[in-house]
Amino acid sequence: MAYEGKGVWCVGEVRHGDLSPSLFELITAGRIIADARSETLTAVLIGKGVAAKADEVAARGADKILVLEHDALDQLVDEAHTGALTAAAGTEKPRTLLFSASVYGRSVAPRVAVALGGAVASDASALTVTDGKLTLERSAFGSAVISTVAVNAADGPEVVTTAPMAFERSGTSETKAEVTQAAVDPASWTQNTEFVSFSADESKEIDLGGAEKIVSGGRGLGNADNFSLIRDLAKSLGAAVGASRAVVDSGWIPYKHQVGLTGRQVRPRLYVACGISGQIQHLAGMKSSDVIVAINTDADCPMMKLATYSVKGDLTQIIPAIVSEIDKVRGSSNGS
Amino acid sequence: MGIHIAVCIKRTPSSTSVAIDESGQIQTAGLPHGINPFDEYAIEEALRIKEKLEGSKVTIISAGAPESEDVVKAALALGADEGVVVTDPAFDGSDTMVTSLILSKTVEKLGDVKLILFGKQTNDGESGHMTALVGARLGRPSISAVRKVTDIDADSITVQRLMDDGADTLKLNLPAVVGVTKEINEPRLPSLKGKMRAKKAAIPKWGAGDIGVDAAVVGKDASPTGVVKMEPVPARTAGTAITGETPEELAKNLVEKLKETKFI
Ligand SMILES: Cc1cc2nc3c(=O)[nH]c(=O)nc-3n(C[C@H](O)[C@H](O)[C@H](O)COP(=O)(O)OP(=O)(O)OC[C@H]3O[C@@H](n4cnc5c(N)ncnc54)[C@H](O)[C@@H]3O)c2cc1C
Ligand SMILES: Cc1cc2nc3c(=O)[nH]c(=O)nc-3n(C[C@H](O)[C@H](O)[C@H](O)COP(=O)(O)OP(=O)(O)OC[C@H]3O[C@@H](n4cnc5c(N)ncnc54)[C@H](O)[C@@H]3O)c2cc1C
Repeated sequence: MAYEGKGVWCVGEVRHGDLSPSLFELITAGRIIADARSETLTAVLIGKGVAAKADEVAARGADKILVLEHDALDQLVDEAHTGALTAAAGTEKPRTLLFSASVYGRSVAPRVAVALGGAVASDASALTVTDGKLTLERSAFGSAVISTVAVNAADGPEVVTTAPMAFERSGTSETKAEVTQAAVDPASWTQNTEFVSFSADESKEIDLGGAEKIVSGGRGLGNADNFSLIRDLAKSLGAAVGASRAVVDSGWIPYKHQVGLTGRQVRPRLYVACGISGQIQHLAGMKSSDVIVAINTDADCPMMKLATYSVKGDLTQIIPAIVSEIDKVRGSSNGS
Repeated sequence: MGIHIAVCIKRTPSSTSVAIDESGQIQTAGLPHGINPFDEYAIEEALRIKEKLEGSKVTIISAGAPESEDVVKAALALGADEGVVVTDPAFDGSDTMVTSLILSKTVEKLGDVKLILFGKQTNDGESGHMTALVGARLGRPSISAVRKVTDIDADSITVQRLMDDGADTLKLNLPAVVGVTKEINEPRLPSLKGKMRAKKAAIPKWGAGDIGVDAAVVGKDASPTGVVKMEPVPARTAGTAITGETPEELAKNLVEKLKETKFI
């Protein structure tokens, strides 16, 4: 039985009261599809108390906002979020559902695709619609290849996750999206998961996934204490803190900061690699960054060879000099 | 009381230096292959659970080319009890959605599996979707990005999931599907005894008929998505070397560039 869906849903993530800006990346991506097919774009807000977020989203390029509100959706319980989205999509029949390729997206999008008998593809960094058919580009093999994937969902919707930071965030629009509520009934899904607790990270650090700027440190730091240099520069630039596996394995910084094949894949506007040689497994996680700055004593290492700006020197001297130069520049521009 | 644990592992190229031919197909034939690096953590976690819940059994499942026998044997050498290679020419070109059908049918055929473990993602396809796909296919709870198993018994598993802002703790009723991160443990090395045992082990090979799937619902044609072509990522061209005699000069010239590009 062929599936006759229409419209694009962009599923937003609200965690502990905060709306992830990845929704605005999804709206940019979703507009490509919706405009090509002359369909409407709906931003979906799902959770508890998320109706209050509709104002933040109303003038950001969506045609409609659909609110799925229920106490049972307060935390990420995969079956609950899947159940609520599946029920709503079963009624509204969107042709496309977009999620960010975060833990949320990787957990919920595949389950929704199975429940609705659709197709699922991950990590889109570009989307094209030709004669109504959707294709996407994604990287594979440790960012060594870009593959083009055709999506042919006959029996259900197309479910796609987009690579974080691959699409610009949508700007403000003139028109305001109309808000509607969808019914949520926990009896419509089977739940074998119980949410127990959440423990917040003590350090309120900028998360790597959605970071515009990242400063990363590697073995060239020499010792764990020198990570303070990385944190200083990150603070000065308003950047998140990343690391190579060498220093994570040495216990200088927790795993969640690791960038690379076996860590996080990131795509910031600015990536500053300090004392990182640029082995292929590290590059796999960050080489799609717009601007790369390398600071290294070895001008011939791979990172220095591919950096947009390479600075040859000892990072223990260079980084403090950069921080004070930034202070100086900011100071004079504030004064003028 | 022991439980039956299945671990899904994929045989992948150990190197990402892959070549792509004119038709846009990836050439991996000559490359060394091994267990997908992320799956070593899933195997290790299964072995630890087995050591904790006496009487447990660990079965390895690998879908792919017949050579996947190598990675199943490598897992047996680490201490897994049994393994199966799921292979059939009809499976060729299956996308993640169809692969999840193959894996879930295999789990069902094993019968009494209570816990199915996965790695975070593969180092070739990289979707990281298999945990949730198989969970949904089996109609069971799934959870990805697990960094710690805090408790397990014959009926439930309690895990910590790594999130951007901290960690969620969730309790799942078994059977359940769990995808683990590399943070979860430090995988062991194979023992000599394990290697000997693995060498002698006969690994069964199951085809579409054995797991009860119709050849028409698997493979390239039955897959709702398909790779049209692959291209090598263009190498980044060398940029500008910042000049300067002293750290201060270097810093000044770099910050100038960062101002031009509006980062400062
Ligand atoms: C399966 C697998 C997966 C992997 N996954 C990852 C991953 O996800 N992420 C990752 O990062 N790695 C990963 N690796 C490891 C990777 O191969 C490298 O070992 C690692 O990236 C090296 O880290 P590094 O650049 O910090 O250290 P090194 O390669 O030791 O580089 C240190 C650099 O610091 C420079 N330096 C030294 N002193 C100074 C100084 N005073 N000032 C400035 N520069 C200085 C040196 O010139 C050198 O370039 C993986 C490896 C394998 C096999
Ligand atoms: C270069 C390349 C690109 C590809 N691109 C796509 C694509 O864009 N879309 C698509 O649908 N398919 C794609 N595939 C096919 C896809 O890799 C297979 O369907 C694969 O079996 C599962 O997907 P994954 O590699 O993304 O696994 P992931 O979901 O990343 O793997 C997660 C975990 O699932 C388990 N697992 C995965 N595969 C198997 C297996 N075969 N046997 C046992 N356990 C397994 C492992 O525990 C693994 O750690 C691609 C394959 C390659 C080699």
